Amino acid sequence: MRLPGLRTLSVTTAFAFSVSLTLVFFYAPIEAEEGFVQKIFYLHVPLAIVSLSGFVLGGLLAIAHLRTGESKWDLRSYVAIHMSLIFGLGVLATGSIWARASWGHWWVWDEPTLVSFLIVFLLYATYQPLRFAIEDPERQARYASVFAIVAGAFVPLNFIAVRLSASYVHPRVLGSTSNLPGSMAFTFLVSLAAMALLYATLCSYELAAKRTRILLKARSRILGFQ
Amino acid sequence: MHAPSGRPAHAPAGTAEVVLALLRKELLVELRTLESVPGMSLFAVTIFVVFHFALNQNAVSGQEAAGILWVSLLLAAMLAINRLFVADADQGGFDGFLLAPVDRSALLVAKAIALLAYLVVLELVAVPAFGLLLLEPPLGQALPGLLAPLALADVGLAAIGTLVAALAVRTRARDLLGPLLALPLLIPVVIGAARASAPLLALAHPSSGSPRWLLIVGLYDLVFGLIAYAVFDFLLED
Repeated sequence: MRLPGLRTLSVTTAFAFSVSLTLVFFYAPIEAEEGFVQKIFYLHVPLAIVSLSGFVLGGLLAIAHLRTGESKWDLRSYVAIHMSLIFGLGVLATGSIWARASWGHWWVWDEPTLVSFLIVFLLYATYQPLRFAIEDPERQARYASVFAIVAGAFVPLNFIAVRLSASYVHPRVLGSTSNLPGSMAFTFLVSLAAMALLYATLCSYELAAKRTRILLKARSRILGFQ
Repeated sequence: MHAPSGRPAHAPAGTAEVVLALLRKELLVELRTLESVPGMSLFAVTIFVVFHFALNQNAVSGQEAAGILWVSLLLAAMLAINRLFVADADQGGFDGFLLAPVDRSALLVAKAIALLAYLVVLELVAVPAFGLLLLEPPLGQALPGLLAPLALADVGLAAIGTLVAALAVRTRARDLLGPLLALPLLIPVVIGAARASAPLLALAHPSSGSPRWLLIVGLYDLVFGLIAYAVFDFLLED
């Protein structure tokens, strides 16, 4: 990723975020039952969707790595999963705050989406310990890719299993725009786009930093620094 | 398990023969060293005793009983999963296997069948012990219904356990990473198995429960069996 691309991405993301926050606070109506607290929906749900998509994307990039054997795909897969983990922390934090505000508890077990997210997060939290417990870089990339594929396939399966197991005490549709009023759905979609842009921007920055570090290491080896 | 049906063109020995040879070696090693199975069984029985004191209850039933049974079996299975590839990694078993011109997935299938066998022996000890020590309703009436969840969960444990064991064994912290990787991946199996067995262990009006849970575990086994089969070769490539 060259720097002009980074600049364009950053500016677009900043713009998209200001538009989405403006819409959230000044355009979207206050929800009748939950009141102002419901605004966290525009942060929590896009975070969750982007984070889970990032996990699955990490799996797809890992497939590309195992098929081609090129380390650039492994690097991309690593960055996608790393960034999704950071977003995942945001999902758990905002989810907890929302649960506390609407149901009075920091954690609720009968919200299947949140519970499945925790399971997925716990699995992916093992990605880096696994990866960095392997010394040989080539094997490290291969094992990390196998993990990323298995875990990427686990994400949707786990959601199905947990959803089936839960009793529907709190019927609420998360992430579906079908039963939202138009202004809320529009705000939600803009927030989702802004969050996806933020993810892409941060991934690009991390990729650029990692590539620069690899390049620097290679150059300093040529020049004889160690 | 999912034994590959076609004979690969480059392999002189049929995959089924290779699987049988590897399985024979695996069971022979276990019979001679008794490394996994006695430890697992003893561990499960000890866990029941721990549950008795931790819960301060003499007898359990229903969902509570199902939970104790499955947590104990899961933790006992972890012991075997952690040891599954250790001898191969430390004593050159992988190198020997890679030198042989055979299908690499044969190792996955053989290890998974061996793990399945260990789990069956574990349950032959642990389930009667559970009935004796903790279960309030008589075990005899629940046992026929329990066979299906036990069998399906064993297949899932064997498939996921073998995959995770292969992933973790060549890392520095393999004893730690094995359970950390396996437990989240096994949660859908636990959900299905515990929900399917809870109505069977109920004190009043035990019933066979909804077949939905068995279906979930079965499908999960199938999907993860295929995933393990698809990615396993990459764990052996060096």
